[in-house]
Amino acid sequence: MSVSPLEKSLSTREATSLLSFGRKRGLRPERFLELFFLACASLSIVTTVGIIGVLIFETIGFFREVPLWNFLTDRQWTPLFAKKEFGILVLISATFLTTVIALIVALPAGLLAAIYMSEYASEKARRVLKPALEVLAGIPTVVYGYFALLFVTPLLQELLATVGIKLSGFNSLSAGLVMGIMIIPTVASLSEDAIYAVPRSLREAGYAMGATRREVISGVVLPAALSGIVAAFILAVSRAVGETMIVAIAAGQNPRLTLDPTVPVQTMTSFIVQVSLGDTPTGSLAFRTIFAVGMTLFLITFILNIISHAIVKRFREVYE
Amino acid sequence: MTPLTSSSTALTPTWAPIRGARRLWDRLLGPLAFMATLLGLVVLIVLLIDVFRDGWPRLSWKFLTSFPSRKPEEAGILSALVGSVWLVSLTALFSFPLGVGAAIYLEEYAPRSRFTEFIEVNIANLAGVPSIIYGLLGLELFVRFLFPVTNGRTILSGALTMTLLVLPIIIIATREALRAVPDSLRQGGLAMGATRWQVVRDLVLPQALPGALTGTILALSRAIGETAPLITIGALTYIAYLPPFSLEALRTPFTVLPIQIFNWVSRPQAGFHQAAAAGIIVLLVVLLTMNAGAIYLRNRFQRRTV
Repeated sequence: MSVSPLEKSLSTREATSLLSFGRKRGLRPERFLELFFLACASLSIVTTVGIIGVLIFETIGFFREVPLWNFLTDRQWTPLFAKKEFGILVLISATFLTTVIALIVALPAGLLAAIYMSEYASEKARRVLKPALEVLAGIPTVVYGYFALLFVTPLLQELLATVGIKLSGFNSLSAGLVMGIMIIPTVASLSEDAIYAVPRSLREAGYAMGATRREVISGVVLPAALSGIVAAFILAVSRAVGETMIVAIAAGQNPRLTLDPTVPVQTMTSFIVQVSLGDTPTGSLAFRTIFAVGMTLFLITFILNIISHAIVKRFREVYE
Repeated sequence: MTPLTSSSTALTPTWAPIRGARRLWDRLLGPLAFMATLLGLVVLIVLLIDVFRDGWPRLSWKFLTSFPSRKPEEAGILSALVGSVWLVSLTALFSFPLGVGAAIYLEEYAPRSRFTEFIEVNIANLAGVPSIIYGLLGLELFVRFLFPVTNGRTILSGALTMTLLVLPIIIIATREALRAVPDSLRQGGLAMGATRWQVVRDLVLPQALPGALTGTILALSRAIGETAPLITIGALTYIAYLPPFSLEALRTPFTVLPIQIFNWVSRPQAGFHQAAAAGIIVLLVVLLTMNAGAIYLRNRFQRRTV
């Protein structure tokens, strides 16, 4: 059974492509422009291919010299020393540590801020608070690094000294805390979109059953918005893992396998910064090492981003 | 409906009267959520006060017009400021046409196909790639591979890397602006016999341009604060000269504001920390100006469509 294309309802875009079909000749510049626009759009694919290609190419070179097994199981990270060891776990432990500290701040604060803005704040307050919170996301990360190293660390040193804990001048604690503040808007903004989309009727049903406001929020609204909130959380993790300047400035450059938040550590990103600052000849092993670390970083964030998109797509509740 | 059944434990109809713990929790959540909202803002204010207290005394005309120095009290920000201006101008020049072009394709030309969908997913993914990864791409592609064009670790390499970094932001913002243009406008143009490009150029783009410009400015203000990718491609931290005011400038080494700030923060002397704070004030003023421009454009745009 054949259906003529015109019987279906056409979008303007599709209708135009039918219209212009008859006049492709004599419209050379038009065709040229369309190809130019297509090329612009395809540039994003070229970029992705470029990133993956470059990382794979250099990483293969790296693993010719360093066995993958050592990369995954060594307990030391000393690629710039004479006796080289390449245990990526060391850098991953530092990234994990700063990320967890950041999330302890950002997830509750971001979610509560989202709840406040969508459930409690007046429309007027919401219109002021939301952009004000966005400002936090617009501050350059190097500024947060300054703040973490020269304000938060001295403050925490004094506070922790009173309970007998010695905090080093470089540590993952203040880097993580400041990073958490920076990520609040990411969590708040995306969670708020999800919470705001929950229809009023669901809330009213909750109230009609005698639930209090808190019970409606935690029992009805949050479960209904869960997919969006989880996606926001995962994106926050990905942001924290890839964050560079705060940790490079405030967490130190000392690769060590530890989960102690008071000592200097080195994350994956700050290792790349450290090597880039030195005069590393291109093509050397140290040069390839930053690509192997970059590959690890890329894989982690890429998987997180894909999971986040998939959750939004699959579990989104669509309300009419 | 799933949300209700999944939360049935919380909604069992055997309600106790609203008092005691039930009442307490209900009363607490609002203030708690309010305080969480304020947390970020309070930290922001403390940060600004801290930076201004440290940096304001250091800020002077001499600071803006001096080159970096080994002596903290003589160090200035001139080469970094000029480098930032070069970098952002070039990035704008490259990324605006490319970003708007890609958005026009996706909104006005692209057929509904697997390929289009792939591009869209791809752009969303690119926006989530850590910026330092773009630095690695720039290092290999622009600094090494395109060395004959870029001359290595130069302004041009930096601007090209930044272009790739901000493109997804510009594309997403411009698409939104294009989508806001009513379809009736396009249909009217087509009914008058205009070609697709004429419709885009004369009817759609003038309406969408302020939105696209706002998105571009916001993307560029991201570029001006970015540090990590530029360190990765090898921007220098000590530049005691200005690039020549010609095309040759593109092929000279450079530094930018955030890198200069990073360099000063990393030094042990307190004098350099004050210089860093003063540099941060300069950077924040530049950002504020750009954002004010974006807001101005957005407001003008909103008034016109009403």
